[in-house]
Amino acid sequence: MILEIKDITKSFGGVVAINDTTFHINKNEIYGLIGPNGAGKTTMFNIITGNYKPNSGKVILDGKDITNKKNYNIVKYGIARTFQNIRLFSSMSVKENILIGLQNAANYTYIESIFRLPRFFSQEKKIAKRADEIIDFLNLTEYKDELATSLSYGIQRKVEIARAIATNPKLLLLDEPAAGMNPNETHDLAQLLFQIRDKFDITILLIEHDMKFVNHLCDRVMVLDYGKTIFEGHIEDAIKDEEVIKAYLGDFKHA
Amino acid sequence: MDFITFIQQLINGISLGSMYALIAIGYTMVYGVLRLINFAHADIMMVAAFAAFFAIDSLEVSFVLATIIAILVSVVTGILTDRVAYKPLRHSPRISLLITAIGVSFFLENIVNVTFGGTPKSFNAPEFFDTIIELSGATLTPTVIIVPVVTVLLLSILLFILYRTKYGMAIRALAFDIKTVSLMGIDSNRIIMIVFIIGSALAAVGGIFWAISYPILTPYMGVMIGLKAFAAAVLGGIGSVSGAVLGGFILGFTEVAVVALYPELGAYKDAIAFVFLIIVLVLKPTGIMGINFEKSRF
Amino acid sequence: MAKLNKNFIVYLLISIAFICISPYVFEDYGMRILNNIFIFIILAVSYNLINGITGQLSLEPNGFVAIGAYVTALALLSEDMKWELFQLEDPSPWVLGLNLDLIPALLLSGVVASAVAFVLAVPVFRVRGDYLAIVTLGFGFIIKVLAINSPEVTNGSIGLNEIPSVINVYWTGGIAIVTVILILNVVYSKYGRAMKAVRDDEDAASAIGIDTFKIKTLAFITSAFFEGIGGGLLAVLLTTISPDLFTFFLTFQLLIIIVLGGLGSMSGAIIGTVLVIGGSEWLRFLDSSMNIFGYVTDAHPGLRMVVFSLVLIIVMLFAREGIMGKKEFSDIFRKKK
Repeated sequence: MILEIKDITKSFGGVVAINDTTFHINKNEIYGLIGPNGAGKTTMFNIITGNYKPNSGKVILDGKDITNKKNYNIVKYGIARTFQNIRLFSSMSVKENILIGLQNAANYTYIESIFRLPRFFSQEKKIAKRADEIIDFLNLTEYKDELATSLSYGIQRKVEIARAIATNPKLLLLDEPAAGMNPNETHDLAQLLFQIRDKFDITILLIEHDMKFVNHLCDRVMVLDYGKTIFEGHIEDAIKDEEVIKAYLGDFKHA
Repeated sequence: MDFITFIQQLINGISLGSMYALIAIGYTMVYGVLRLINFAHADIMMVAAFAAFFAIDSLEVSFVLATIIAILVSVVTGILTDRVAYKPLRHSPRISLLITAIGVSFFLENIVNVTFGGTPKSFNAPEFFDTIIELSGATLTPTVIIVPVVTVLLLSILLFILYRTKYGMAIRALAFDIKTVSLMGIDSNRIIMIVFIIGSALAAVGGIFWAISYPILTPYMGVMIGLKAFAAAVLGGIGSVSGAVLGGFILGFTEVAVVALYPELGAYKDAIAFVFLIIVLVLKPTGIMGINFEKSRF
Repeated sequence: MAKLNKNFIVYLLISIAFICISPYVFEDYGMRILNNIFIFIILAVSYNLINGITGQLSLEPNGFVAIGAYVTALALLSEDMKWELFQLEDPSPWVLGLNLDLIPALLLSGVVASAVAFVLAVPVFRVRGDYLAIVTLGFGFIIKVLAINSPEVTNGSIGLNEIPSVINVYWTGGIAIVTVILILNVVYSKYGRAMKAVRDDEDAASAIGIDTFKIKTLAFITSAFFEGIGGGLLAVLLTTISPDLFTFFLTFQLLIIIVLGGLGSMSGAIIGTVLVIGGSEWLRFLDSSMNIFGYVTDAHPGLRMVVFSLVLIIVMLFAREGIMGKKEFSDIFRKKK
C-alpha cells in the first residue's frame, strides 16, 4: 500500500464534505476517484495534499502519517498534484516551470547563489539536465522556451504533469487531467500516463469524469457520493453495482 | 488619577474613538467588497475637511451648509475614485489596484496642497463647539458629547441599512462572494458605488468632527489618521462594520489613556495603532469580530 | 540560467567605462544627479525584489534607508564630532563607541536593516500579505518617530551633519554595479524562480513544495539589506541627514520607478531610475513660477508631485506592464533558437 486513507471525515461549517471515508491505493496502481459533481473528490485531494485538515482520520503515505503536515512539505514526502484549471506559472517558460518542480533537487544555499559559488553551477547544471530529460520524454522539446501559458490547452496539461513529475513523487495526483480533451487526445494522455507510471515508478491517483478514459486507464476506482465511499474495486464491477448506478445514472453508457 | 479626571478622559477617548470609527468603517466596507485597502480613503476625509474649511472661510456659508457641501464633495470624490481608478482594474492583479490606490492618495494630497498651499489652515468652527460646560468638576465641550452621539446614530442607521434593506443584503452578499453575486443579476458595480458613497459620507462626517476637535488642517493630515483607522478596522476584524467601530473605540480610548497615564510616552502615542496592528497579526489575524475571508483557493 | 553570457559582459564593461569617464564629462550639477541616480538604482533594484519579483506590495524603503543612513553616519562620525554635534542630549555610550570605516559601516547598515526586516516579516508574512503594505507604511512612520525622539542616538530632529564625505561616483557607481549583479544572481537562481512562482500563483507554488513564507521573508530581508546600504551611501553623499529626509515620498518615488520600468524587470528599474530622477530634476520648473507663452503663472510648489501621482495612476491604468514588462535587456536581444 502506498497510500492509505483511514476514516477521514471533513466538514465545513455545517456541511459534511467527506463522511468517514476509507480506501487504499497499491504501489504502481492507477487509481480513479470518481463520483458525481460535488461528491467531495477535490476536497479529498486537498486533504491528501495538506491544504485541508480533516476533522478526523488519517492519511498514511508509504507507512508515514502525513495527515497534519503542511501543504508545502507534502512534496518532500512524495506527493505532487495538478489542478483542475491548470495552474502554470504565467511569467515563465515551459522549462522554467519544470525547474520549479526541481527546487528541492537543487542543493545550494542562498549565499551560494548570490555569490555564484561552485555548487550553484553544478547543481543548476544537474537540474537543467533533469528538466531536459523530462521535457524530452514528454515530447515537449520544441516548446521548452515558450511562455507556458501561451501554449495550447493540451500542451499546458502536459507541462503541468511534467512539473509535478519533476518533484520526483511517489504518488501523482491528477485533478481531471482529461478535461476538455477530445477522444484522440484522451487516448494519447492515457498512453502517456502508462509510460509515466512505468518509467518513473510512480503511483497515480486521478479524479475524472470521462468514464471511457477511466475504464481504459484505471486498475481500480473508488466512487464517492455525498462524501461517502459507495464502491471500491475494479471498474467492471463498479458498473454493475446498484448504488453506483443510482448515484451516477447516465454516465455509464459510454463505458 | 481621580474619578472626575478619569471620566473626563474616558469621554475624550470615546470622542476620539468615534472619529476613528467613522473612518474605519469606510476601510472595512471597501475591503469587504473589493479586498482592497483603499489608501485614498483617509484623504477623502481630508478633502471633506478642506471643503468645509473653504466653504466657511471663502464662501462664507453657514456651518450646516458647509457640512453638507463637505459631504457632497467627499462622496463625489469617492465615486470618481472608484469609477476612474479602481473600476477599470476590477479584474487585474491585486497589486495593481493597491498601487493605483496609493497613486490616488498621493494625488489628492498634492492637489489640495497645490490648491490651498502648504501652510496649515485654521478651521473656524462655530463658537458653540468651544463653549465650556462644567459638569461636577469635569470640563467638557459640546464636541466631545456630540461626536459619539452622532456616531452611534449613524452607525445604527448603517446597520439598519445593512441588515434590513435590499441594498444592505446585496452589500453583504458581495463581501461574501463577488463572483456569484454578479451571476445573480445584481449590478455589482452599482453596489460598490453605494459602498463608496456610504464610506465617503461617513469619512466626511469624521473629517468635520476632526476639524472641530483639532482645528489645524494640512493636506497630509489624512495619512496618520488613515493608518490608525485602518489599524482600528483590522483590530476589530476587517470586513466587519461593528468590528471597525469597536476597534475605533478601543484605539481612541487607549491613545487617550496612555497619554494621560504616562505623559512621557506622549510622543509615541501614534505608535500605539501600529503596535495593535502587529499584535492582531500575530495573535488573531481575523481581529476581534473574527470574520474569516479564507475561502477555498484550491 | 547561468549569467555569464556575452551580453552581460558588454553591459558591465560599458557601465564601468561610463563611470570612469563621467567626472570628465559632467560638471558638479551633473555629477550630483549621477550620484543620486546610482544610489537610486541600488534602492530601485532592491525594492523590485520584494515588489516586482516576489509580487508582495511593500512600502518599506524609506524606513530601511533611514536605518541604513543613521547607522553609517554614526559609524563614520568620530567621537569628537559626536560630542560636538549632539546638542539635545549627550550621545549614548554605544553610539560613541561605534567607529567604523566606510565598507564595514555600510555592511553594518545592511545587516541592521535586514535584522529589522526579519522581525517585521515574521508577523506579517505568516498571515495574508495584504497587510504588508500597511505595516511597512506604519513602520516608516515609527522609524521617523523613533529618530525624532531618541536624541541620545540620533540627535533628534536636528539630525546629523558634517558626515565625512568619503565617496565619489566610483563608489556609488561601483556599489550600484555590484548590487545589480548580486540581485540578478538571486533572480536567476532557484530562489528567484521560487519568488516569481510565489508572485505568479502562490497556491500552486506551495503545492509544488515552495515554503512561501520563507521565500517572501528571504526577499524582504534581501531588499532591506541593500536598501540599508543605499541609505548609508545617501548619508555620506548628502553629508547631512535628519528625520525629515526619509518620508513616504522616497518610497513613492521608488514605486513610480519600478512601476514605470516594469515590475519584475531589473533593467526596467534602471531605466525607470534614470527617467524619474532625471525627469524629477527637469520637472523642477513646475514648482516655481512659469512663463507660458508670455502668461506668467504663480509658483505652486507641489505641482511636480501632482504630476508624479498622475504618472503613476496613468501607467497603472493604461500601461501596467511598464516599459520592460517582466523582461530584461537580455531577453530582448536573445536570438531565437
